[in-house]
Amino acid sequence: MIPTSHYLFLSLALFTIGVIGVLTRRNVIIILMSIELILNAVNINLVAFSRMFGNVNGQIFAIFVITDAAAEAAVGLGIIIAFFRNRPTVLADEMDILKW
Amino acid sequence: MPTEFFLDKVWLIPLFPLAGAALMLLAGKRLQNSAVSVVCVGSVFVSFVFSLGAVWQLLERPAAERVAQKILFEWVPAGLTQTSSGKLVNFVAEWGLLLDPLSAVMILVVTGVGFLIHFYSIGYMAHEGGYYRFFGYMNLFMFSMLTLVLANNMLLMFVGWEGVGLCSYLLIGFYFLRKSAADAGKKAFIVNRVGDAGFLLGIFLTVGTLGTIKFTEFASALAAGHFAVGAPVITAIALLLFVGATGKSAQIPLYVWLPDAMEGPTPVSALIHAATMVTAGVYMVTRHNAIYQLAPLALDVVAVIGALTAIYAASMGLLQNDIKRILAYSTISQLGYMFLACGVGAFAAGIFHLTTHAFFKALLFLGSGSVIHALSGEQDIRKMGALWDKIPATAKTFLIATLAIAGIPPFAGFFSKDEILGKTFEHSPALWGIGFLTAGMTAFYMFRLVNMTFFGASRVPHDVEHHIHESPRTMTVPLMILAALSVVGGWIGWPASLGGSNRFEHFLDPVVRHHVALPALNEAQIKAATPLLGHEGPFGSEVGRAELERTLSETRVGRHHGAGEYILMVASVLIALAGIWLARLFYIQRTDLPGKLASSFSGLYQLVYRKYYMDEVYDALFVNRAKDLGTTLALFDAKVIDGLGVDGTGWLMRFTSRVSIWWDTWIVDGLVNLAARVVWLFSYPVRMVQTGLVSSYALLIVFGVLVVLGYYGYLLRTMLR
Repeated sequence: MIPTSHYLFLSLALFTIGVIGVLTRRNVIIILMSIELILNAVNINLVAFSRMFGNVNGQIFAIFVITDAAAEAAVGLGIIIAFFRNRPTVLADEMDILKW
Repeated sequence: MPTEFFLDKVWLIPLFPLAGAALMLLAGKRLQNSAVSVVCVGSVFVSFVFSLGAVWQLLERPAAERVAQKILFEWVPAGLTQTSSGKLVNFVAEWGLLLDPLSAVMILVVTGVGFLIHFYSIGYMAHEGGYYRFFGYMNLFMFSMLTLVLANNMLLMFVGWEGVGLCSYLLIGFYFLRKSAADAGKKAFIVNRVGDAGFLLGIFLTVGTLGTIKFTEFASALAAGHFAVGAPVITAIALLLFVGATGKSAQIPLYVWLPDAMEGPTPVSALIHAATMVTAGVYMVTRHNAIYQLAPLALDVVAVIGALTAIYAASMGLLQNDIKRILAYSTISQLGYMFLACGVGAFAAGIFHLTTHAFFKALLFLGSGSVIHALSGEQDIRKMGALWDKIPATAKTFLIATLAIAGIPPFAGFFSKDEILGKTFEHSPALWGIGFLTAGMTAFYMFRLVNMTFFGASRVPHDVEHHIHESPRTMTVPLMILAALSVVGGWIGWPASLGGSNRFEHFLDPVVRHHVALPALNEAQIKAATPLLGHEGPFGSEVGRAELERTLSETRVGRHHGAGEYILMVASVLIALAGIWLARLFYIQRTDLPGKLASSFSGLYQLVYRKYYMDEVYDALFVNRAKDLGTTLALFDAKVIDGLGVDGTGWLMRFTSRVSIWWDTWIVDGLVNLAARVVWLFSYPVRMVQTGLVSSYALLIVFGVLVVLGYYGYLLRTMLR
């Protein structure tokens, strides 16, 4: 049986990749994809601990998170499309109209 | 019709012309000329008819009761007033009309001659602009003049007095587009103001002294006040009133306006500046004869001024060339005669001359208007001559008037002038001498005028000569009526010495009766009064008074006719004939003589021709001084009021606003900016964080999470330890 710590390291690796992607990439779509990575790292965590403690609550939570991620992706993409109609860009550092 | 209907309706006499004037001046512009003529001439005619009726009914009364008063309303009820002698009187000025023999004569002259002149104006003004305006002013004048002569008190008389002055101004300046006419109007008005001020002061002094201004109450008020003959206050009143009279009647020193007044249309000159308005001063002095008889000094002043004016104006008339100006100087001279008469106490003779003068001087002016009309506006007698056959009606009537003014019997002027000269001789032979010389000069300059206008060689320019025509009948008919009056008008005063009965004087007697309250006089005062009356001699206390009273009444009816009176008559006729002969010699037979005389006495000639430089002297003394005052005040206005006051205030405002601007910019705004800058400075670190970049925010979140996690990790470690 694979020890729980392996799952946690994988989750940590995914989470780190996601955070770095969010922080470093300029394209909003890629940032959204990175957020998906972070969410999936969380999912792996939830499922791993669910298996370790023999409690399905964690897996149910994971399903909720997947649902949530889908909704979030839909809203995020909708925002991007709406924004793109006003300013032809998908680069986060050019979305600065709220800047002083 | 009730008896005395017209006497009861005497107040309507001035109202007819007033209604005409109101209609003309309010709505006249829309009326046809014919309608204007009917209304305005008609209103004066109705006044004339009412005047005739009123005078007729006055004559039907016995001589002692010929005073009719009609009081319309209390005009100035001033209440209790204290006179200077401390007496309390209830002072009231009424709007009341007084018809007595004196005002009866005046209203007949004013409405009668006025009607003829109005009628004449229909023809004369037919082709002039402002026809309705002319007749409106003329009717307004008639109203004012009738108010003046019918007033029963001084204040109402003053209303009429000012009214005629206003109309005179308006009518002199009738052709107001011509600068000389407008200036002449102003001159007349301003010079008259000087006299009016004297009249007004005289009224004030009368109110303060006598407590009444009603003519009918003067005699009793003077008697009640126990004023001595020659009392200073009475003399002052008389002199102040005379100042008013000199203004209105163009006597020295206020005569200067009358020659210039000839700028007005000729009927105006005839009506206002010959027949009626200018005689108002004579009427006024006569009306106040009760006061004058107590002021021998004032009477002497009146007589001397009158005599001097008569000869002075006559001398200026000798050399004038403008037909109307000659007549103007002649008017001044004749008015001098009237004042001379008043001054020697012969008030009735003055009014008699006023009446006859109104006839022949109105005729002379209207005749000159007809001549001017015939010559297409020419007024210079050097450009006339030989008009006798061309305008016969005008020429004949003009000659009659000239004979009348020259004093040739039996024309009207002879009787009145002779009456004055006779009375003057009794009073002072020196004054008679002046009047006598003036009579000769009058005959000379009038026949100079006639000879140069109607006889001799024609000097009319060729283009004008074609158009010479006799005036229309509306103009010649009044001339003929006035000519008839100039012949017979004097007969009402046919002197007793020539077999008449001097009815005119008897008629006026109740008005000019001697008012000196005899019982109030002491011996010395009686003696002081007697030279004035042309009598001397001692009087006993009782007998003397009776004697004085009798002689007083007898001097007026002219008891003293004898050889002396006939000599005076013959002398004045002779000097008139001499004047006529001289004028014939100079201007028909030896037309070269005047030029020769002028060059050999050029200094004197220039002095008289230039009217003694009086206009220049007045300009230098008064007019230019007044202008200087105006200029100085204008300078004061410009420099002090405008410069210091207005501009200074503006400068001060600008200065303070500049200070305000500086304060606003640097202090108020500076504080606001300082506050903003301080906030800006303090916001610097906060602003650094807000980059607006999503990724930088995300980084900060990560850092924040790391810090929070680190903190909880640290807490966990210390708790587990």
